[in-house]
Amino acid sequence: MTTVDTTSPQEFDHVAPARQEFRRHRRLKFAFATLALVACATAPLIGPTAISLSRVFDSDIPFTHNIDAQIFFIARLPRAVAGALVGGALAAAGVVLQALLRNPLATPFTLGVSAGSSLGAMLVITFGLPFSTSGLPAVPVASFVGALGALAIVYALATMRRQGLSTLVLLLAGVTLNSLFSAIILFVQFLAEPAQALQSVRWVMGNLDVGTYRPILWAIPPLAVAFTIFARLPRALNLLTLGPESAATRGVNVLTTQRLAFLSASLATGAAVALGGPIGFIGIIIPHLVRLLVGADHRLVLPASTYLGAAFLVGCDVGARTLLSPMELPVGVITALLGGPFFLWLLIRHR
Amino acid sequence: MPNWTNHRRTVTQPPTKHLAIALLLTVLLPTTGAGQPHPQRIVSLVPALTEALFVIGAVNQIVGVGSFDAIPSEIAGLPRVGGLLDPDLEQILSLRPDLVVLYGSQTDQLAQLTRAGIATFSYVHGGLAHSISTLRRLGDRTGRTNEARQVVSTITSKLARLSMLLGGRRRPRVLLVFGREPGSLRNIYASGGVGFLHDMLEAAGGRNVLADLPRESIQLTSEAILTTAAEVIIELTYDDGMTRQNQRAERAVWNELSAVPAVRNRRVYLMLGTHFVQPGPRLAETTKAIARILHPDVVP
Repeated sequence: MTTVDTTSPQEFDHVAPARQEFRRHRRLKFAFATLALVACATAPLIGPTAISLSRVFDSDIPFTHNIDAQIFFIARLPRAVAGALVGGALAAAGVVLQALLRNPLATPFTLGVSAGSSLGAMLVITFGLPFSTSGLPAVPVASFVGALGALAIVYALATMRRQGLSTLVLLLAGVTLNSLFSAIILFVQFLAEPAQALQSVRWVMGNLDVGTYRPILWAIPPLAVAFTIFARLPRALNLLTLGPESAATRGVNVLTTQRLAFLSASLATGAAVALGGPIGFIGIIIPHLVRLLVGADHRLVLPASTYLGAAFLVGCDVGARTLLSPMELPVGVITALLGGPFFLWLLIRHR
Repeated sequence: MPNWTNHRRTVTQPPTKHLAIALLLTVLLPTTGAGQPHPQRIVSLVPALTEALFVIGAVNQIVGVGSFDAIPSEIAGLPRVGGLLDPDLEQILSLRPDLVVLYGSQTDQLAQLTRAGIATFSYVHGGLAHSISTLRRLGDRTGRTNEARQVVSTITSKLARLSMLLGGRRRPRVLLVFGREPGSLRNIYASGGVGFLHDMLEAAGGRNVLADLPRESIQLTSEAILTTAAEVIIELTYDDGMTRQNQRAERAVWNELSAVPAVRNRRVYLMLGTHFVQPGPRLAETTKAIARILHPDVVP
């Protein structure tokens, strides 16, 4: 964090011409991206077992017998990749939803998508699938389908009443759907056998120990769609935070922006939760942290949050698999324990 | 029973009289709970003990069972009264039981039943020896002392025979898994170095790779599984209705971790059925089933 010097460029913000602003953005984006890359590159090197990199990449030892390579490529690298994807997606979705709902307390889990996702996962964990699942990662797929279902319901409710998309209805529908789905989840858990109940409780705490690259590959297409849309949003989001009317007078197509923002953020959340479970705190802490560090311009906040979210979750996951080794510590516990107090400290320091 | 709280009022009596009564009681009542009238209407919420009641011949005294109880078939038509997390006290009371067998962790229900004047037998999860002594205690409490002793001696002699068969044999390193997200290697729970699963594994001639961790249940990272160097992986699952195709698919999930000797040498086994995860009267059979997997050449 210390590599990012934020105060001095900000002081000159109002006098800096557009080009200087652009350079500052580029420099900061580069710094955050470097942080994320460094996190991803070093995470697989850290762990409770000492592995030798020369053995990891030694092609003379067959992979099936190479324990160092398997620890690196199965137990560590996919976790770092999954952590980066999930962390980046949740942080970016948080930024977009906070701007869309014009509510600093909005998180990726506010609009019911994650509850739908959890319900999908719980149903498969408890009742299994009626058909064979060979080759298909059943729980992530069910979880993603649940997310899409919740997204469709919330979107239909928010657009039903009148022309356009009511962010208030969106918010209320999302919050209500969250409670409703949570109630169904509790009922499903109540019906579950003890071993399944344990599994479903554990799923909610988040886990990036994906083991294979298959769930990661499954998550990439929806994430790619979401991030393609994210890349087009920042300018409109900047204007949208001033209010829909004033954004419209400045040439923003408010309805399209709101639709795209909701759909892309929900898609990213659904894919992230399907991959890593509903890992809390990232979607709210990282965007605010980035705003405190670099200001409120979404052209910078959105990419910087994505990178910082990725780096943060990758780092937390290293803790999840090393702190209590050989036991797995739920990564959601770490994000909350680290993120909460750090965020409070930052809040107090900047006041 | 003399009313011990009244002794202030009867202080004129010589104290030796109380002592004599107490001594007499101690001699006459060798185990706790005996001496109370034998229960005729039993409600059991604990599947393992419902099965135990059947084995010691007390099945006709059962009037209500837990939601998950499946064995024996004689209980199929009996009222279901909930389980570990959701005991239905009203229904339990409506069955007018004179003994309720329930979990020791159900402290609220224990207190309520005691207040209602209904005797209880609380079950506490423990190791193999503890499970066996629970069987014996249950026999004493239900007036089936001899039957229970018979069952216990059968179990112990079977275990002794097994231990003789396995004497001097090399004990393979075993990872005993009892929970996993279906279709993937995520959220894996395995038996640590305490509890009846660990005890059964050791009695079956295996060496628990997690024996050093003093916990019953351990959620493992995949890195930890890779470093355990387990020679055999045994996975226990409740779902005894799993199709052969799904069993194959669930076993194949392990193939990702081919650096683990058990996976490389195709020694990953799935054991289906609730009796593998319940410390009931089939302990010896379950232990033998595990031993058959670990030492197929000596265990019939």
